[in-house]
Amino acid sequence: MTTSLLAAPPATPLAAGEAPTLEAFGLDPWWLILAKAVLIFVFLMLMVLFEIWFERRFMARMQNRLGPNRVGPLGLLQPIADGLKLPLKEDLVPRGVDRPVFILAPALATMPAFLAFAIIPFGPTVSVFGHQTPLQLADLPVAVLFVLAMSSLGVYGIVLGGWASASPYSLLGGLRSSAQVISYEIGMGLSFVAVFLFAGSLSTSEIVASQERIWYAVVLFPSFVIYAITMVGEVNRIPFDLPEGEGELVGGFHTEYSSLKFGMFMLAEYVNMTTVSALAVTLFLGGWRAPWPISLVDGANAGWWPVLWFMIKLLLTISFFIWLRATLPRVRYDQLMKLGWKVLIPGALAWIMVVATIRVLRNEGISTQQVFFAVAIVLGIYIVASYLWDAVRGNRRDAEEQEATAAERAGAGDSTGGDPMAGGYPVPPLDAPHYHGRNSTSKEVNRA
Amino acid sequence: MTPADVVFLFLGAVTLGSAVLVVTTRQLVHAALWLVVTFGALAASYLLLTAEFVAWVQVLIYVGAVVVLLLFGIMLTRAPIGRSEGLDSANRPVAIAVAAATAALLVTVVVAGFREAYVELGDPPAGTSGQMGASIFRTWVLPFEVLSLLLLAALIGAIVLSRREIQPPGESSDERPTERPTGPGRG
Repeated sequence: MTTSLLAAPPATPLAAGEAPTLEAFGLDPWWLILAKAVLIFVFLMLMVLFEIWFERRFMARMQNRLGPNRVGPLGLLQPIADGLKLPLKEDLVPRGVDRPVFILAPALATMPAFLAFAIIPFGPTVSVFGHQTPLQLADLPVAVLFVLAMSSLGVYGIVLGGWASASPYSLLGGLRSSAQVISYEIGMGLSFVAVFLFAGSLSTSEIVASQERIWYAVVLFPSFVIYAITMVGEVNRIPFDLPEGEGELVGGFHTEYSSLKFGMFMLAEYVNMTTVSALAVTLFLGGWRAPWPISLVDGANAGWWPVLWFMIKLLLTISFFIWLRATLPRVRYDQLMKLGWKVLIPGALAWIMVVATIRVLRNEGISTQQVFFAVAIVLGIYIVASYLWDAVRGNRRDAEEQEATAAERAGAGDSTGGDPMAGGYPVPPLDAPHYHGRNSTSKEVNRA
Repeated sequence: MTPADVVFLFLGAVTLGSAVLVVTTRQLVHAALWLVVTFGALAASYLLLTAEFVAWVQVLIYVGAVVVLLLFGIMLTRAPIGRSEGLDSANRPVAIAVAAATAALLVTVVVAGFREAYVELGDPPAGTSGQMGASIFRTWVLPFEVLSLLLLAALIGAIVLSRREIQPPGESSDERPTERPTGPGRG
């Protein structure tokens, strides 16, 4: 049976195993692997173009505006016009920057975002030119760990871009992003643990296969909530876009970038958004499996149909990102850190303990309902108590801190100027010599 | 020599070379970046030995967190661009001697322990996450727990050191604002 890539779904379900397992990988001929890799690249680029258009139009509708509607039907060609305009602008490299790192940074930000998409399953085993192959480039026994590793590499682009620019705004942006991404990555990793416990595997294809009966977003709802918050923090989108925070940092880490280099940072942001959305779909929303009423139809999970379900879920997740951007203001930096370290991480740890306990007790043969009620009561008491504790104690603390800061300001006049702990939060020195290009110990700056 | 051996030797050379550059480069942030290369090459060596789990954890923890924290620390204080003076210390000969002695010790141990033994990686490979978990939590559970205790102690120590409101009894905390250290950027 020969099916071209764009053909309609075959009328009869394929004979081959519907849900691929790890053994199904590594058997493709070289041209098929190449085609898959190129297709993923093209898919991501098209998604970026679509997302730019979709974001502007969708947000415009939410804000009772029209959005771009001049270039092409419904403004569809606007991203292409933008994409053509950007590289034609002058490529500025400011004086005093660390040139190799300055040029390397945009590429470092973009590459990991693309790589992580290799293990996202688009669909079950299909037939391409007579070959039975899973709709996924690669799978590893530790595939989700690979995604985490890639997303942790992506931060280098931002941190190094911010540092190499030799500008206080960029440096502050890079600094914020390094702390933010590390904090939120811990929460993200912990939110996956419950999924691993249920699926018994770290491979994406097997995690999708194990969601045949019910989505993990339902079973492991707290994990899903934690992931949904951390994924926004991980890709630096509103409300967690402090690294670029244009209200306070001009443009943050990309202040000094222009032309194609700036475009690559934007590309990285949108590809990252697609990647974390696809990961959310794969780990929590059933992957390519049809949603409930449709899944009852015979053949809904076979052939090429699952690509459609995957795309619908992916677009809904991306809409969630845009919805957030249109709705929420940017959080303050200390609020961001508080949320990450005091709410998300302890919450995720407690939830993992609960999940592990339930699994063990079920293995011992104790009824799930009893366990569930006991756990729910304990957890409810804990959450209410901790919230009250934090509300009472936190307010008193804040008031004390503010008094102390006010007293200090009144007493010492200019003391906040170079104070590394101004207001109780770490702030880099605002007059470090290299900002002004007069670092006497720096040869490169002197030469310039 | 199989192709895998050649790649392994190459990765070893990259690791060693970038490690030397970490301590010899005159640019502070570049030293951190060479450290990334070192850790990356090490992770690639693990991959070559079919230890997938260890390899990606190495990337996740060392490349993705430890060096990023290092960079965070550098940027929080000075973040100099270009060459910095004062990266050398007078202890250089002693440091070289200690490094050479450590290397000699490790090489001797490995050579004495394995000689020309050639480990077949086997099928299924010994580095899968299941096998790793079984060996850590069955065979090596005691060293693992001791290590985790050590890390916990270090963690608590760091928190205690960084908290300024914990003071010896008798001193009031009202003086806190005046006790703030002078920032490196002041002056």
